[in-house]
Amino acid sequence: MNAKTADKLATGVIIFFAVLIVAILGGLLGFILIRGISHIDWHFLTSPSQNFKAGGGIGPQLFNSLFLLVLTMIITVPLGLGGGIYMAEYAKENKLTGFIRLVVEVLSSFPSIVVGLFGLLLFVNTFGFGYSLLSGAIALAIFNLPLMVRITEQAFRAVPREQKEAGLALGLSKWKIITSILLPVALPSLITGTILAAGRVFGEAAALLFTSGMTTPPLDFTDWNPLHARSPINPMRSAETLAVHIWKVNSEARIPDARDVSAGASAVLVIMVLVFNLAARWFGRFVYRKITASKQIN
Amino acid sequence: MENTKAAAGKKKRGFARHHREDLIGKIYTYVCVLMLIVVIVAIVYFVASKGLTTFFRDGVSPIEFLFGTHWSPDADTAAFGALPFIAGSFVVSLLAALVAGPLSICAALFMTEIVPGKGKRILQPVIELLSGIPSVVYGFIGLTVLVPFISALTGGNSLGYGVGAGALVLSVMILPTITSIAADALASLPRGLREASYALGATRWQTIYRVILPTLAPSLWTGVILGIARAFGEALAVQMVIGNAPFLPNSLLTSASTLTSVITLNMTNTSTGSVQNNVLWSMALMLLFMTFVFIIIVRLLQRRNKL
Amino acid sequence: MKSKKTLFGTLTLSAMLALTACGGNSGSTAAPATEPTTGSTATPAANEQPADATVSGEILAVGSTALQPLVDQVGQKFMTENAEVTVQVQGGGSGTGLTQVSEGAANIGNSDVFAEEKLEADKAAELVDHQVAVVAMATVVNKDTGVTNLTKQQLLDVFSGKVTNWKDVGGADQKITIVNRPSSSGTRATFEKYALGEKVENVAGSIEQDSSGTVKQIVADTKGAVGYLAFSYLDDTVTALSYDGVEPTEENVQSGDYPIWAYEHMYTKGEPDGATKAFLDYFMTEEVQNADVTELGYIPVSSMKVTRDAEGKVSK
Repeated sequence: MNAKTADKLATGVIIFFAVLIVAILGGLLGFILIRGISHIDWHFLTSPSQNFKAGGGIGPQLFNSLFLLVLTMIITVPLGLGGGIYMAEYAKENKLTGFIRLVVEVLSSFPSIVVGLFGLLLFVNTFGFGYSLLSGAIALAIFNLPLMVRITEQAFRAVPREQKEAGLALGLSKWKIITSILLPVALPSLITGTILAAGRVFGEAAALLFTSGMTTPPLDFTDWNPLHARSPINPMRSAETLAVHIWKVNSEARIPDARDVSAGASAVLVIMVLVFNLAARWFGRFVYRKITASKQIN
Repeated sequence: MENTKAAAGKKKRGFARHHREDLIGKIYTYVCVLMLIVVIVAIVYFVASKGLTTFFRDGVSPIEFLFGTHWSPDADTAAFGALPFIAGSFVVSLLAALVAGPLSICAALFMTEIVPGKGKRILQPVIELLSGIPSVVYGFIGLTVLVPFISALTGGNSLGYGVGAGALVLSVMILPTITSIAADALASLPRGLREASYALGATRWQTIYRVILPTLAPSLWTGVILGIARAFGEALAVQMVIGNAPFLPNSLLTSASTLTSVITLNMTNTSTGSVQNNVLWSMALMLLFMTFVFIIIVRLLQRRNKL
Repeated sequence: MKSKKTLFGTLTLSAMLALTACGGNSGSTAAPATEPTTGSTATPAANEQPADATVSGEILAVGSTALQPLVDQVGQKFMTENAEVTVQVQGGGSGTGLTQVSEGAANIGNSDVFAEEKLEADKAAELVDHQVAVVAMATVVNKDTGVTNLTKQQLLDVFSGKVTNWKDVGGADQKITIVNRPSSSGTRATFEKYALGEKVENVAGSIEQDSSGTVKQIVADTKGAVGYLAFSYLDDTVTALSYDGVEPTEENVQSGDYPIWAYEHMYTKGEPDGATKAFLDYFMTEEVQNADVTELGYIPVSSMKVTRDAEGKVSK
């Protein structure tokens, strides 16, 4: 085989694999949406799930996923922002910074199930939070924190140095420069990154099995007092999310239409992730335009 | 005279304000970083102290745990050999990397070498979407499509659950991890290297095979290792398709277990403090330990990369 | 220009919010927020006349995922009749339930098995057992195996791997494929204890599934497959086997002739009082036992003609 044939063959193989990957994604999305969308209707999205009978919905699970996402982000964003700003603006190139970088790397590589088990040990049992939204939110925040730190650091580092120097020339304090000059410029990529991170939180299940629990108490959607046991926004109640629900109906549940319910729930989950993806792009672009009043470059 | 005094006072107040603002900023960011360190120390401490109870208090021999092949925690003479699960975790993640590695590197080559620009515009979103699909959805598809398919391939002689199904599901899940790292590495390659090779009359494949891949080997391996690490820690998708029998994996079609699948299935069914429960924490500790091992390997690879 | 200004205002504001939120979080994560569920606030009000006395309080029942739907449903009924009571039911497995009730983190621990099997003897002794329902199981096989009855010994041979082909126990010439449950599962414990008489190890080639729905589907679809299911799952897609010649029917369970059944337990630490007692009493009333319990596929405890203790001794 001469060099030319080898080249053609190799090119063919590479193209074939690339096409295969596109086909895999196409197949996956097609399967999920075609199999699942026929089960999605208003009733499915809003009614509570069934334990034994067919025809249950995913209403509480959908709400739990969204509410848990909000709780998680309330914890993650400020902490991640602070950590990222430190890494980008305060950290000097020394051993300590190297160590912190290692910590972020290790934390981001921990399997989510280990983070969930840690949550079970510390928040659920030791602190006595029980299986609750709060325990779940903290576990997810830990899981998501390194990503948030990285997103923030990259966003801040990407800000042109001239902007910072302009601030220094104006005699502003370092913190003032960070909050009023760098932050606005970094904001579009921060928002894009945060929404993408949110998508990851939305689909996470392993960390939640042992923290927010696998059950949802009957909810009273007219009661919005967070201290009431049946209130949807009580952070101390247990909450099964959409992703956990898919796992549960496939491995433990007793409903006869488990496959249909999980197909529908998977479709909802994937659609939400798609929405997060598109929203991230769109919102980042939108904010960028608002702030700079210019066209986006990248 | 008066003027300069006023100006000095103003400047002083300005400094004080600066100082206060900077202090707030410093405290805020330092506290956040401190939290990161506290969290990681807490995770390692708590999981380790619980995981080691099995050996120090319950008297299970670490040798039996690591190398024993007999798992029977509830029997009258209980056996806690976790080797089947440790091996299961390694086998499925290595197999997954074996499938996903070449595929991912080809995808990265497609984006940068074969169809630069356009290839990236097509494949990049595909890779991002693949990484965005939640793991339970992968598990569900594995359960409803892949498992029956494998079973049908064998003419109904196997159930379809097993190491093969687990590895295939994982390989799709780690595709994005490896591809994006490989693509970044390829993009960082100096143009001159390629051009020099082409100038010598090398074909594209010769350039890729002789110049690009060897130069980037450490980075590509980094991608593969991170993919393995991700597969190693993945829990639910694998648990749904692997069959969960506590045996050493001996063929692609037989059911086996991983560390994560055993933890998932048994953690809540065993009571806290019992040896059956503690031994699951030992497995969690094993997962933690492997995370560190993977990171050390990646660091070593990166060091080689710099030289 | 104007919008730009407001945006900057918002940014500073959000930065400030972020700052305060960070400080708040880092300082207070260790302090548990108001914890409405743990520690029963049940008032030990007039236990003597449960009929019209108003009870109040919060009940947290944790444990068995199998029992959770039943307790949930009964809890909701109980709450509509006793507006002052809140019943919260969480899954999490029998082990979790027993641990939490034993540690006082929950008022009731739901379990598929006797506490003695999961907890140390001294801890189990502190718990009071409330048997609220009976769940019976049948061995199920694929319809093509040609087997309708197995003796205890034959069943043990199948599940311990001594027999690997159905023709050896009077069926078709088909390889036996075992669909088992995880070793910590209550369903498996019950099946091994009362059907096989001993704990067996997994046979090579078998798989473990936790979901009854999945077990049923695999058994229905796979040639030579065998598993075990609660009665509520039985239908004509699988063959339910007789055990030692006794058919798996509710009547045979109630009379004690068919032995593969177990209690569903709700444990309390010490004798219950207040709302917890009222709830457990309510569980044993006819309006629950003959409605919700049977509706969800369990056999009412009250209909049993025999009882069984933790050691498996049956008495009439």
